[in-house]
Amino acid sequence: MNRFAELLDRLVLTPSRNSKLTLLTDYFRSVEDPDRGLALAAITGDLSIAAVKPAMLRALVTERMDPVLFGYSYDYVGDLAETVSLVWPQPAGQIANHAPTLAEVVGKLQAASRSDGPKVLARLLDSASISARFAIIKLVTGGLRIGVSARLAKQALADLGQVDVAEIEELWHGLTPPYSELFAWLEGRAEKPRSAALALFRPVMLSNAVDDGDLEKLDPADYAAEWKWDGIRVQAVCEGGIRRLYSRTGDDVAGAFPDLAAAMDFEAALDGELLVGDPREATGTFSDLQQRLNRKSVSQKIQQQYPAFMRCYDALQINGEDLRALSFAERRTRLETFVGSLDPSRFDLSPLVEYPDWEALERLRQAPPHPVIEGVMLKRWDSPYLAGRPKGPWFKWKRDPHTVDAVLMYAQRGHGKRSSFYSDYTFGVWAGPEGAEELVPVGKAYFGFTDEELRQIDKYVRDNTIERFGPVRSVRADRKNGLVLEVAFEGLNRSTRHKSGVAMRFPRISRLRWDKPAAEADRIETLQALLDS
Amino acid sequence: MRASDLLKSRPEGLFCPPGDFFIDPVRPVGRALITHGHSDHARSGHRSVLATRQTLDIMGLRYGEDFAGTTQAAVLGETIDINGVSVTFHPAGHVLGSAQIAVEHQGMRIVASGDYKRQKDATCQPFEPVPCDVFITEATFGLPVFRHPPDSAEIGRLLKSAAQFPERSHLVGAYALGKAQRVMRLLRDAGYDRPVYIHGALAKLSEYYQSQGIDLGALQPATVESGSKADFAGAIVVGPPAAFADRWARRFADPISCFASGWMRIRQRAKQGGVELPLIISDHGDWDELTETIKETGAGEVWVTHGREEALVRWCELEGIAARPLHLVGYEDEGD
Repeated sequence: MNRFAELLDRLVLTPSRNSKLTLLTDYFRSVEDPDRGLALAAITGDLSIAAVKPAMLRALVTERMDPVLFGYSYDYVGDLAETVSLVWPQPAGQIANHAPTLAEVVGKLQAASRSDGPKVLARLLDSASISARFAIIKLVTGGLRIGVSARLAKQALADLGQVDVAEIEELWHGLTPPYSELFAWLEGRAEKPRSAALALFRPVMLSNAVDDGDLEKLDPADYAAEWKWDGIRVQAVCEGGIRRLYSRTGDDVAGAFPDLAAAMDFEAALDGELLVGDPREATGTFSDLQQRLNRKSVSQKIQQQYPAFMRCYDALQINGEDLRALSFAERRTRLETFVGSLDPSRFDLSPLVEYPDWEALERLRQAPPHPVIEGVMLKRWDSPYLAGRPKGPWFKWKRDPHTVDAVLMYAQRGHGKRSSFYSDYTFGVWAGPEGAEELVPVGKAYFGFTDEELRQIDKYVRDNTIERFGPVRSVRADRKNGLVLEVAFEGLNRSTRHKSGVAMRFPRISRLRWDKPAAEADRIETLQALLDS
Repeated sequence: MRASDLLKSRPEGLFCPPGDFFIDPVRPVGRALITHGHSDHARSGHRSVLATRQTLDIMGLRYGEDFAGTTQAAVLGETIDINGVSVTFHPAGHVLGSAQIAVEHQGMRIVASGDYKRQKDATCQPFEPVPCDVFITEATFGLPVFRHPPDSAEIGRLLKSAAQFPERSHLVGAYALGKAQRVMRLLRDAGYDRPVYIHGALAKLSEYYQSQGIDLGALQPATVESGSKADFAGAIVVGPPAAFADRWARRFADPISCFASGWMRIRQRAKQGGVELPLIISDHGDWDELTETIKETGAGEVWVTHGREEALVRWCELEGIAARPLHLVGYEDEGD
């Protein structure tokens, strides 16, 4: 348990992806079964433990200590799990001579009934160290929140065994904690596990962005074009009565889309985009789709208002036949026939876009027929379905991003190797009547610039600081002084949280406009016009 | 004699009317008794200063030799008479030279502990509990959430990380007086025998510690001249915390920022400060040390200063010990 607790403590404070991978692979290498497999399951969200409510935790601790002192402590720390882990009194006269292993902790928690759950938890906390108590509480309150995705954990496994992460993704849903057979294979002690489980996730095929000069080398006749829908990439898999709706990283998201899952009554694995609306009538915008995201439970009302559907663009398997080795042209023909047999309010086909040459496609790309389209996809007619991001068969050709000229307002110190640089920038545009303009913040960006540009901005921030609040500096910005940043972004949403009323999607610094006077930066109306269009 | 007549709070600091002296005054006064060399307790410009030899030396290093009109070295355990008031210095275990000051007059004994800790520390003499009527305690970590782990385990985590990330440098933020030298000493005790690189601000004080017989091993300045980025890969560098947010830190290879402080117990603190590897090493007592110490002194009354007074006062109430916050201005309650 202590090693798991130490791993969590390190991961939560480690910003760099590579360092997280090192911490994870070192842990998997040095910890034995079944502890490491249970840790893996806890990180990927595959460990099921009956949840303990915060109120129960609070009751447990105030039975054991003065509620006033607990109150002071909680006020100071601000996080219940952390406070309880710190203040939990070691039972008098009882010196823990055995630190419980993760397997013991998980075993006891899983075996506990509803009524004796709190007592079991209390006994575990009695026997654990401070860090271990924190980890135990995190396990029972759900959600480790350590900044490690399931995908990253799988990448660490791939590093451990020197295999492709796609192999792990493909196996993943047929395996259960503590994954001993998986580790045995990764360590070369056993054959690759063979999964008999149904409705597994197939690693998805990804595209490369079109770069300058790419297209002139390609023949339009070799490529099919489709609109690129700005939804969520999903894989709908039904096999022998098992239904799964996978995200592109292989997480089953069927629970969040029960309406779509209910319509999945077929034997196939389909690749497509999850969107909201009724495909026969209207496709919802990205803002509509957001109503369905990040919800723990989905009310009937939301389901009716924003019904989910799938716009299909590929078929990996139909009625037990694996189609992945076939050409895109062939798969497309099968897909068209198959989708015709599905519920038309929940499934439709992503239409092909006809185009004679690249110039014609470029015109279509610049003026797509629907706001939720963010560009076009190019797919080679003769390409098989390959896991990962092979260069050549699939391209995404996105709409040019929007740009706006904004003024740097605040800068915050970065993390990790950027901790000595002011690298996170909040920028604003002008608002208010002429002669009384003020800057309103419209977004925050922390990449898009080169290391050299970072040094230049950092120096500018240090030389033009007017106020400091902890790690944040307020930078001189008025009509006469200020650094203009050209900010590129993918789209705008209305926002009630921001004073400006808009929130940018995916903003990044595209150019530093040292040449441009602050007064000539854009006005808020420019952004508002984009919202309305 | 009433305790409040023997020592009382004044804007300059804690004042003893019958003895006509101040303890750790924050403004220049006639006669100052000083518990230890941290700059919020030991200021320059007093007419006369009474402190341990080492505290006087440290003040000399920080402020120059003429930091006070006259100085007198207090020997630990020896009683000195000041205008009829008996004054005795006892070790406080905080930093090199640190002392508690026991003040006794007409049967009333008050111990002003300054800053103290109970965890063992090879760089200074251990705290000695002194029976008294009134105990003045600090409360920097006066909340039950503060529980310091053994310092050797923390250094173990640092060494493990250094082995795990041999291509990166580990920058350990530590206060220049006391904490920095303790970290170096702990590294040596853990068997680390490579040179430790230090920021210039640590040089004089570390040298002084070495001259007092505290072996810190090989120390090298962390200057660009002494090494390129690649040379600092895998190195452990100790410096004052403020330097790590500064351009100074850019000379190191992909640094991991570490901070040796009791504050690192709180994850959000570490996160806000951009600390990747928090090391919970403190020169102030944690909650258990504070409460144990109060019990050990047998004091019937406790005055609580800088820090989180309310929780410690509440604890005293629950234990049936009279307690009140003693509001003194000018001390850092965030130092460690």
